[in-house]
Amino acid sequence: MTAGVVHAQRPSARQRAVSARARGRLARRRAVSAIMLAVLATAAVVTVLPLLFILFHLAAKGASSLNLAFFTHMPQPVGEAGGGMANAIAGTLIVIGLALACGLPVGVGAGLYLAEHRGTWLANGVRFLSDVLNGLPSIVMGIFAWQFLVRPVGHFSALSGGVALGAMMIPMIARTTEEMVRTVPPSLREAALALGYAHWRTGLTIVLRTASAGIVTGVLVALARVAGETAPLLFTAFGNQFWSTSITQPIAALPLQIFNYAISPYDDWHRLAWAGALVLIALILVISLVARFATRVRFDTGSGD
Amino acid sequence: MRRQLAGVADARPASDAPAAAPERTRLLAESLDAWFGPIHAVHGITLPVLEGGVMAIIGPSGCGKSTFLRCLNRMHETVPNARVSGRVLLDGRDIYDRGVNAIAVRKHLGMVFQRPTPFPTMSIRDNVAAGLRVMDARISRRERDAIVERALTRAALWDEVKDRLDASALALSGGQQQRLCIARALATSPRVLFLDEPTASLDPASTQSVEQLVRELRGEVTIIIVTHNMQQAARISDRTAFFLSGDLVEMAPTQTLFTSPSDPRTEAYITGRFG
Repeated sequence: MTAGVVHAQRPSARQRAVSARARGRLARRRAVSAIMLAVLATAAVVTVLPLLFILFHLAAKGASSLNLAFFTHMPQPVGEAGGGMANAIAGTLIVIGLALACGLPVGVGAGLYLAEHRGTWLANGVRFLSDVLNGLPSIVMGIFAWQFLVRPVGHFSALSGGVALGAMMIPMIARTTEEMVRTVPPSLREAALALGYAHWRTGLTIVLRTASAGIVTGVLVALARVAGETAPLLFTAFGNQFWSTSITQPIAALPLQIFNYAISPYDDWHRLAWAGALVLIALILVISLVARFATRVRFDTGSGD
Repeated sequence: MRRQLAGVADARPASDAPAAAPERTRLLAESLDAWFGPIHAVHGITLPVLEGGVMAIIGPSGCGKSTFLRCLNRMHETVPNARVSGRVLLDGRDIYDRGVNAIAVRKHLGMVFQRPTPFPTMSIRDNVAAGLRVMDARISRRERDAIVERALTRAALWDEVKDRLDASALALSGGQQQRLCIARALATSPRVLFLDEPTASLDPASTQSVEQLVRELRGEVTIIIVTHNMQQAARISDRTAFFLSGDLVEMAPTQTLFTSPSDPRTEAYITGRFG
């Protein structure tokens, strides 16, 4: 024992060589680690670079055209100064409201079914097809809505635009709801059943409520995604140069207005398109922030009151 | 049936003393069998539970004690492919009778699980009142608050939470959460309280507080407690049933079972030769 201790205090030549090699390897590992860290950090920054670039560009081009009139005035004919996009802003809000009204109940209901009846052939089929639907080009959704809601009626309408966007939201909401419901521990369900809760009441008041924070986020993310869609609205909401809030008539929407103004040959309209894009992004940013806010922990779990 | 139940709840004896009056059978399982798909988990068990008593069910893991418990409040059938046969008489009435609604039965039988299960979106107050929402009688806010206070007091939690009834139930410690679940089960004045290994996930101090609580509730509420812990059964129960591989080996007053068991298998288990 004591001999071993003495030995350890005075390493042999061989032991010194081994530890020198280990130090060399350590230096190399540290270098590789630093390089990988730099590569990954760069990738992380590149991820948000387009957003920063877009925001900077939009602010530079569009902010000068943003004023109160933009929000309160109607579009002006070519050549007349001023004018705004009041109708398009209102139209966008109406169309995404309609989309929410049709996407939310169906999406949440479908998600609850997928989570509660997982493994049945219907659930498996619906889950697979909604993933397919999630990847469907949005213009196809527009054609679908045109075929079933515009052609039979004979004219474009806000409602058909809302349904087209709602149909895009459904698979997104359904999958988020399913994932969130599956995170609710089975023990909570059992506790509710043991209290004498019926199956449906357990689903609504315990399972959905416990999963609600995540579902709200999912819904708002879906909403933010469809709010900027242009393609499905081309055949459905169509756009409107005048003030209209009727859901059975063609309606203006920010993405459509931006599209129309951007492909026009007029500088004035180009400037308005930039401003419109800025407002649209701001709208989506607000929705995302609301999503963040809505999913905060509702209680303070720390000290109590 | 329900009106009769409410009457029973109100007529509970006020004294803390164990029911010295003529012993009455509150719950009687008669040749109860339970299956999970093809697995026969509980084999024709007949077991009476006396009113106001504390019955402990002990036995090694997988002996069917939890399954048996879950048959008594019709929770077993909520598992896919699960099946039950036999009778369970609650105050003389078979809860598996064709005219009986499983959901209605569970309103009168409280259950507390191994892990605390407070509802995370609800405040402490709403958790305790959760079972009241599905009772038939509409109650006022003031009545509800009174019931919540009484249930929390009986669960020995009132003093710890009375200043923060609107805080999240998740703010409580594990032991407090378990006592909250007991309060939630007591709030509806159940005829029997089932405790399925209620201290298995708790630290020693919390375990002690839950055991103390069971001792205080004795005589007031009929309790059936499933436990892994033989010392716990010996500490808090009047009667103990020993289960082994789905069979009821022996049921006797706790002292008798632990000091002079009549079955050699019981003796082998309680002396630590297996399990």
